[in-house]
Amino acid sequence: MLHIYCPHCGEYRDEEEFHSVGQAHIARPLDPEACSDEEWGEYLFFRKNPRGLHHELWVHSAGCRKFFNMTRDTQTYEIKEVYKIGEQPTVVVQLQAVSGAQS
Amino acid sequence: MQHYSGFGLLKHSFSHHENWQRVWRNPTPKKKYDVIIIGGGGHGLATAYYLAKEHGITNVAVLEKGHLGGGNACRNTTIVRSNYLWDESAALYEHSMQLWEGLSQELNYNVMFSQRGVYHTCHTLQDMRTNERLVAANRLQGIDNEMVDAEQLQKEIPTLDCSKNARYPIMGASVQRRAGNARHDAVAWGYARAADALGVDLIQNCEVIDMEINDGKITGVKTKQYGMIKADRVGCVVAGNSGVLAKMAGFELPVESHPLQALVSEPIKPFLDTVVMSNHVHGYMSQSDKGDLVIGAGIDGWVGYGQRGSYGIIEHTIQAIVELFPCTSRVRMNRQWGGIVDACPDASPIISETPIKNLFFNCGWGTGGFKGTPGSGNLFAHTLADGKPHPIAEPFSIKRFHTGALIDEHGAAGVAH
Amino acid sequence: MTQHNRLTSGGRIDRSTSMTFTYNGKSYQGYKGDTLASAMLANGIDVVARSFKYSRPRGIVAAGAEEPNAVLQLGATEATQVPNVRATQQELFNGLVSSSTNGWPSVDTDVMGMIGKIGGNMMPPGFYYKTFMFPESLWETYESMIRKAAGMGRAPRETDPDIYDSINQHCDVMVVGAGPAGLAAALTAARGGARVIIADEQNEFGGSLLNSSEPLDGKPAADWVHDVVQELRAFENVTLLPRSTVNGFHDHNFLTVHERRTDHLADIAPAKMVRQRMHRVRAKWVILATGAHERPLVYANNDVPGCMITGAVSAYINRYGVVPGNDLVVMTTNDYGYQAALDWAAAGRKVVAIVDTRSVANGDRVEAARQRGLTIITGSAVIEVQGSKRVTGVSVAALNASGTQIVGSVTKLKADTVASSGGWSPVIHLSCHTGSRPVWSDAVVGFLPGPTLQKQLTAGGINGQYETANALQEGLEAGQQALAKLGLPDVELVLPKVKTLNMAAPMSLFHVPHLKPTSQAPKQFVDYQTDVTAAGIEIACREGFEAIEHVKRYTAMGFGTDQGKLGNINGMAVAAKALNKTIPETGTTVFRPNYTPIAFGAIIGRNCGALFEPERYTAMHKWHVEQGALFEDVGQWKRPWYFPKAGETIQQTLNRECLAVRNAVGILDASTLGKIDIQGKDAREFLGRVYSNAWAKLPVGKCRYGLMCGEDGMVFDDGVTACLGENHFLMTTTTGGAAHVYEWLEIYHQTEWPELEVYFNTVTDHWSTATITGPNSRKLLEELTDGDVSNEAFRFMDWQQITVAGVPARVFRISFTGELSFEINVQANYGMAVWEKLIEAGKKHGLTPYGTETMHILRAEKGFIIAGQDTDGSVHPYDLGMGWCVSNQKPFSYIGKRGMNRSDCVRENRKQLVGLKTKNPKQVIPEGSAAVLDPNGVKPLSIEGHISSSYWSETLGRSIAMGFIKGGLDKMGESVFYPLADGTVIEAEICSPIFFDPKGERQNV
Repeated sequence: MLHIYCPHCGEYRDEEEFHSVGQAHIARPLDPEACSDEEWGEYLFFRKNPRGLHHELWVHSAGCRKFFNMTRDTQTYEIKEVYKIGEQPTVVVQLQAVSGAQS
Repeated sequence: MQHYSGFGLLKHSFSHHENWQRVWRNPTPKKKYDVIIIGGGGHGLATAYYLAKEHGITNVAVLEKGHLGGGNACRNTTIVRSNYLWDESAALYEHSMQLWEGLSQELNYNVMFSQRGVYHTCHTLQDMRTNERLVAANRLQGIDNEMVDAEQLQKEIPTLDCSKNARYPIMGASVQRRAGNARHDAVAWGYARAADALGVDLIQNCEVIDMEINDGKITGVKTKQYGMIKADRVGCVVAGNSGVLAKMAGFELPVESHPLQALVSEPIKPFLDTVVMSNHVHGYMSQSDKGDLVIGAGIDGWVGYGQRGSYGIIEHTIQAIVELFPCTSRVRMNRQWGGIVDACPDASPIISETPIKNLFFNCGWGTGGFKGTPGSGNLFAHTLADGKPHPIAEPFSIKRFHTGALIDEHGAAGVAH
Repeated sequence: MTQHNRLTSGGRIDRSTSMTFTYNGKSYQGYKGDTLASAMLANGIDVVARSFKYSRPRGIVAAGAEEPNAVLQLGATEATQVPNVRATQQELFNGLVSSSTNGWPSVDTDVMGMIGKIGGNMMPPGFYYKTFMFPESLWETYESMIRKAAGMGRAPRETDPDIYDSINQHCDVMVVGAGPAGLAAALTAARGGARVIIADEQNEFGGSLLNSSEPLDGKPAADWVHDVVQELRAFENVTLLPRSTVNGFHDHNFLTVHERRTDHLADIAPAKMVRQRMHRVRAKWVILATGAHERPLVYANNDVPGCMITGAVSAYINRYGVVPGNDLVVMTTNDYGYQAALDWAAAGRKVVAIVDTRSVANGDRVEAARQRGLTIITGSAVIEVQGSKRVTGVSVAALNASGTQIVGSVTKLKADTVASSGGWSPVIHLSCHTGSRPVWSDAVVGFLPGPTLQKQLTAGGINGQYETANALQEGLEAGQQALAKLGLPDVELVLPKVKTLNMAAPMSLFHVPHLKPTSQAPKQFVDYQTDVTAAGIEIACREGFEAIEHVKRYTAMGFGTDQGKLGNINGMAVAAKALNKTIPETGTTVFRPNYTPIAFGAIIGRNCGALFEPERYTAMHKWHVEQGALFEDVGQWKRPWYFPKAGETIQQTLNRECLAVRNAVGILDASTLGKIDIQGKDAREFLGRVYSNAWAKLPVGKCRYGLMCGEDGMVFDDGVTACLGENHFLMTTTTGGAAHVYEWLEIYHQTEWPELEVYFNTVTDHWSTATITGPNSRKLLEELTDGDVSNEAFRFMDWQQITVAGVPARVFRISFTGELSFEINVQANYGMAVWEKLIEAGKKHGLTPYGTETMHILRAEKGFIIAGQDTDGSVHPYDLGMGWCVSNQKPFSYIGKRGMNRSDCVRENRKQLVGLKTKNPKQVIPEGSAAVLDPNGVKPLSIEGHISSSYWSETLGRSIAMGFIKGGLDKMGESVFYPLADGTVIEAEICSPIFFDPKGERQNV
């Protein structure tokens, strides 16, 4: 049972109040019509799924109902940071930039 | 291969079982193989076996980073069934089912495939419609599956609460009577032993750390323990690590790896002689030959490679079990554990070519991997031998995530176990 | 029966409170303070079980959680049966009823034991993989025989009469174990001001101190324990949890603590008491002071009742005043083993010999034994035990220095008890739960906790510190460290004085050799509960099962209810020897939750039965119940399914309800539909992005139907949205889809389009909705409203704010039946009142309540879809024939647009929703039926589609159906076939799904 700090509520709460929505920073293509089937498929389904540091989107569904991002180690489950939508992670793998601009 | 039988046991008992042959060799890898299979789980070992047996390709190595059958092969809840909705999945799992039937004899290893039936209980009208649809489809696909009403169900499973008092009273169930359980370890070991006997090299404690790819074509893999091993073709069957291997090859997969937990009770006297699954209250259970109640828990919603999940999932699962079987309230839970499932968005697997030539992936079985073991190995062997997919495997290409031709078993079954 | 093994004095039992219990139908006496095991031993009960595979008689080996054999069935009544209770952990209460779980006709004279003796040789590890294969058809028969022998205890057949609960706890420091280390740690942390929880699985605190005769500060150890507990009790911030096992150590310092509140009192919890409770603890720091388990040695026939571990012998003597035999032989590899002999002698019984496997023995305890005149045989081992239902004697032989071979001759000694000690294994289970791999220590001769992955400290026996003085010191230090980590002040604690004993090094020996090779020697058990022997492990290794996980799985070692607490390390040692490796090279041992088994009931607490999941009711629920409605579960809602009148079949009810709507007026409780209030200047733009159709021009006062698709273009929900104001909308969703749709809107707003000014709120519960529908609905409404609801003033797809029955109402003139309809929405607390007024006024108009089933029929007559029933995540709007509900003119590429244009979505021959008319109008195609083109084809047949909705339409006097057919929209008039389970085939013609009033005139009147 993860213990999660909600950056909107400013408190630690049990995982039961939250759920994960998947990989963070997947921006919807600004011009979907210009995407090929391959590009649209990548946007819809293909994921990094890393063993190690992962940036993911969570929602405090049984709390403030707000979404936020989390950097978490998928091996140890340690939460490195949480940050609001629109912000960038500070804990990243080496110097690898997070691809895809988040509006 | 040494023949196993009751007579053999008797014979060996006179020599105090000192003379049993090894189940498999412990070879040092060669410099080059026709085919390398990464992953010595049930699927990888089955692939190796069928490559040797059906395609005569025996210059094959299975590279396993730990020990054989040490991943999901030994962590699952051992359910085997083929009553899937869509023609494509039904064909795949039925192919597997037919290989299950007679597998013990074929491998001369008792995998204890026990066709004790798998029930899907229905608790709402929508559940009933979903299962009636499934049963109707399966009938035309040539797969046994039938509906039973609550009264009949109560007769068949006396310990199940089929009363009207339940929060979600059971209205009926679909049952595939050819479905059931098998002994998970035995499946991996049986395939390993048979593959080894046909000349396949099973290399344990051999971790692949890189791939040799030139001009978009794979020519070998680099291992931590043995350096570079060359191969004409490479098949990757590493449930729980597919994303990691794909990253090594330079592409992403439509797969996410999640913790999936399971638990067992202490062994109790025969209580349940079949498999009961409820997608509505989210729990499923069978009883092993040792007497443990084997219970599958839900999947954690986040990516996790720790083979641990959240305790809340365990609580919810046991709530469902006690709801279905109120008499288990005083039974005690012994042990829980977790596996890593590679889940595809449409709850169907990938058996496919990849952007890298001669590199093939078999992954994304989600919660359906154990039942698919023989079929998966059989079809993947065909793919590796021919360099292109078997017709049954064809719809399970990665390309479907681009075209949209998904095989979505979610809508059909709620939870696809 | 007399308690002939009971001492006249000593121990922590209350001899003035006698308790009666039964075991296998016979009545016995014990005392308050006994465990069931100590009481059984006091009464001289030797055989407590038959082993799993070989049916060998088994006795009590240990005194705690590590006990493998004394696993009993408890319960005086059917409903209170508990399977597999460890007698060593069950406190005795008056009236306790217990029985052994295997053995026929009884555990003492078991027929299977004979079979085990004869057939046992044919049952090496994994024998079942090698046989029962021929002929294939007989496997089920073999298996049914195997299953008959399965299991230990049995589940009750009646529902549990007890209640359970769970409680969330938070603390600064969670101390696990209340032995010397745990108590010192807890006291230190408490004095420093930390919020402390200390839990121990036993009924009283003290841990190893309870079992020992060792004084603290020159006084009985119990005095110190008493003082510490008193002080801890006085702290407001300290929670003491006796009888509470910390069973799991999960991520982020979350621990599950299983408290047994009444199991020591009676079979069933006394009135108003909770039988067991789970504490779900979130701790800032965890101090593991879990101690250690003693390892028995592995020698021939080491499972004969009377073979125990030395620590258990001391515990029974010192804590329970029970000497479990008369003539004791101790075999030990270390100094601790001598204590059992000293205690035994002090109790006045005969110590036959202490057999020390070391060639030199010279520690303080050894000296004490010498001074007492006990016989010590060094450099030797008990290589075999004689006896079957109780030890009658032992064979002793000298060993070589490494303990691998017997040198010299065999001496036989008479004895009825053998206590062995192969050293101690730290209880590292909880540390393993966190995913930390333990590390081997040659000094400790055991595994120590691996690197800490949680905020965890360890103290005492878990670190291999078995001397009381060291355990106390480590406890103190752990407490101080925790305080420092928490930023709390350091405190002083004066530890009690304990005599530090001089200890000689232990010998690393696990498996005692025999004259014969292991494969031929009498059975040398490693794991009692699963009947795993040293020979079995050697066979596994020889066969190529070399990874320790393979060994464990092939032999089943460690898979019992004790999870191999006694046997795992010995098994690893046997495997290591067979593989010519060291123990750490062989692998490591991993433990998983639970530390000890937990009742399902305790895990689920109150969330069962009526509280399994909440039931959601509408404001009019009571009325529906009174009218005899049957209910349908939709999500958590209870919706009226239909309202039968006396004597009606379900079809008669539906026919009546349908005709009432078509000919007069019906009323439906539609309150459960999801309702989301949407406001903001960009609300309209937002709707245009999430719905497939156009919203830009919807005027205030109007309603519009919309389809909601995923990015893949597939329909997942639908509903009507009303424009309440220029920047204000009310969206309705399906009943089951409300939560998902709400989150869908939020995620797009918060993560993709935060620049849009729009706000969402779920208001489902705020409103009650009564839908009146049918030609008389206007007449009915007119009687109760102040508004003008004429066709001219109140148009189809309009909504108006008027009063109904004197209550402000939003009335929507929308229709899901094709009839003139008004959906009356009032504040939920007025719902029942308005409903009753409508019912009353409706009498003269033929108002008939109807449920979801009639709603389904009526909408199907009109060809309206139900999302979730006529969609399954694989159909887009065009597949549904609802291209009219898609606007490709919108400037923004709405969600679903790109997805539904992928190559597979625009190909020919997709499955499309059509109507289906059976050739025989009286036949109703069962829902779910699959369509084929050629009913006589060979299986597997290609499935053309399925029936998603199918009903008898009384209005039309025929059956109607909706379903999917490949390329169906281009196949109007063609026939398809539905083969049914009974062999009949229904032929149906593909048609429009609009069966009734195709021009839609009736709703416009």
